[in-house]
Amino acid sequence: MTVRTDVLAEFQKVAQEQGKKLAPLSDGLVLLESGLDSLCFAIIVARLEDRLGVDPFNASAQADFPVTLGDFIRFYENAAAR
Amino acid sequence: MLHAAHASFDLGSLERGSCLDGRLAELRGRSVVLAVADQALAALALIELDGLARRVVLCPADVPPEHLPHVIATAEADAVVSDGTAALPSLPTDALFVAKPPKTSAAEVERQPQRTTEWVLLTSGTTGVPKLVVHSLDSLTRPIASSPARGPLPLWSTFYDIRRYGGLQVFLRAMLGGGSLVLSSAGEAVGAYLERAAALGATHILGTPTHWRGALMSPSVRRIQPRYVRLSGEIADQVILDHLRDCYPDAGLVHAFASTEAGVAFEVADGKSGFPADLTGARIADVDIKVEQGSLRLRSPRTASRYLGANAEPLRDADGFVDTGDMVEQRGERCYFVGRRGGIINVGGQKIHPEEVEAVINSHPQVRLSLVRARKSPITGALVIADVVLCSDAGAGDSRSLEQEIKEHCRARLPRHKVPATINFVPALEVSASGKLERRNA
Repeated sequence: MTVRTDVLAEFQKVAQEQGKKLAPLSDGLVLLESGLDSLCFAIIVARLEDRLGVDPFNASAQADFPVTLGDFIRFYENAAAR
Repeated sequence: MLHAAHASFDLGSLERGSCLDGRLAELRGRSVVLAVADQALAALALIELDGLARRVVLCPADVPPEHLPHVIATAEADAVVSDGTAALPSLPTDALFVAKPPKTSAAEVERQPQRTTEWVLLTSGTTGVPKLVVHSLDSLTRPIASSPARGPLPLWSTFYDIRRYGGLQVFLRAMLGGGSLVLSSAGEAVGAYLERAAALGATHILGTPTHWRGALMSPSVRRIQPRYVRLSGEIADQVILDHLRDCYPDAGLVHAFASTEAGVAFEVADGKSGFPADLTGARIADVDIKVEQGSLRLRSPRTASRYLGANAEPLRDADGFVDTGDMVEQRGERCYFVGRRGGIINVGGQKIHPEEVEAVINSHPQVRLSLVRARKSPITGALVIADVVLCSDAGAGDSRSLEQEIKEHCRARLPRHKVPATINFVPALEVSASGKLERRNA
């Protein structure tokens, strides 16, 4: 599994659990238009931390928060590579 | 009779002798810390000290030794009664007393009560340093006078330490009602205690819901045939009440609201969790009950009078009410405890009481016990997560599918922000010395 597949899998799983209709996933998808709300993102971030061992949202001096799904995946790829 | 694991004591033995080795007279008028690990010996010493000492501080067996200097200083104690094994802070020799099984003492001691002794109980503060709560024999025995025993003399038993409020109630009931009491010993397994209580024919048995969940895991739980089963000290949810009803169909099943500070407030005997809403605003026996700003508040002669210590906060408000800090929610004609005021988890501005979520998780047939806690989230501030202990017959299946199943179970019954984001299956949960689930980051 790559970071990308882990992230995409969590998006789909959480959307399904939370009864949210997920927009088609592409790197250009704006997160706020993905159909997920803040509770969904909180759960995704917690589960990715368990899976990957990193929480880039909590790391100090990070770059800007991700806006698109592509940003989000790179956010995790960069943190995981550290 | 007091039945301990190692011996039984006839309380009549105190008429002929003393467990304080002839030094009882020296304790007259003193402030005494009673730090005897053995419950039976502590009970005997306590009976001797009431009416003699100015103040008695009851230390349960598990008070960490590093807290003793704080307890001694706060109680302004000038005597410590121990069993001679505990590591004690350095004190003058004439302040140290050792309790031993009663022996006939040479010097007769005047047994007539000479003063009203303050009974001081320890309760765990939020920081873990014990708070000292002042009661009297009168405040402690008030709840007992209002519920006389019927039928043959009871044989009491309890999972509590009798130095804590819940256990002390059992001890005093046994002493005043003429019954006997089966005491647990430090380190005694629940199963072994239940076997002993069964062999002696225990009729009345008391503990916290957490004690009972532990007891129900022991096959020995079906060896006792109690007439009376009582829960207090934590929220009694419907699942634990149903389990106990199922296990003891003929027993009186009562859950009571009681706390060290507020005393016993009321009892619920209909086998349902929560309590009738019309209790709020009412006066039941000598207890005024109200709910204000969501929390249960009580005023009665059963409450403690104050905390000890120079900078101690007031225990009662200006009107004499004790704020229990236990949050109550009314649903229809019933009120339910939803958790502690301080224990709230805030998920994106939505408040969640862990106990409410635990009650739902615990109602899943394969769950024995659960602890809901907060996990920090950079998105919502916090998330709800759960540690779950499964029933012994569960766990054979796939844990991931069971995790999904428990989450579905929660989703069907709770708003989505209250559903645990992750579930960890754990072999056991930590239970505090007072028999309640340990809530660390609550």
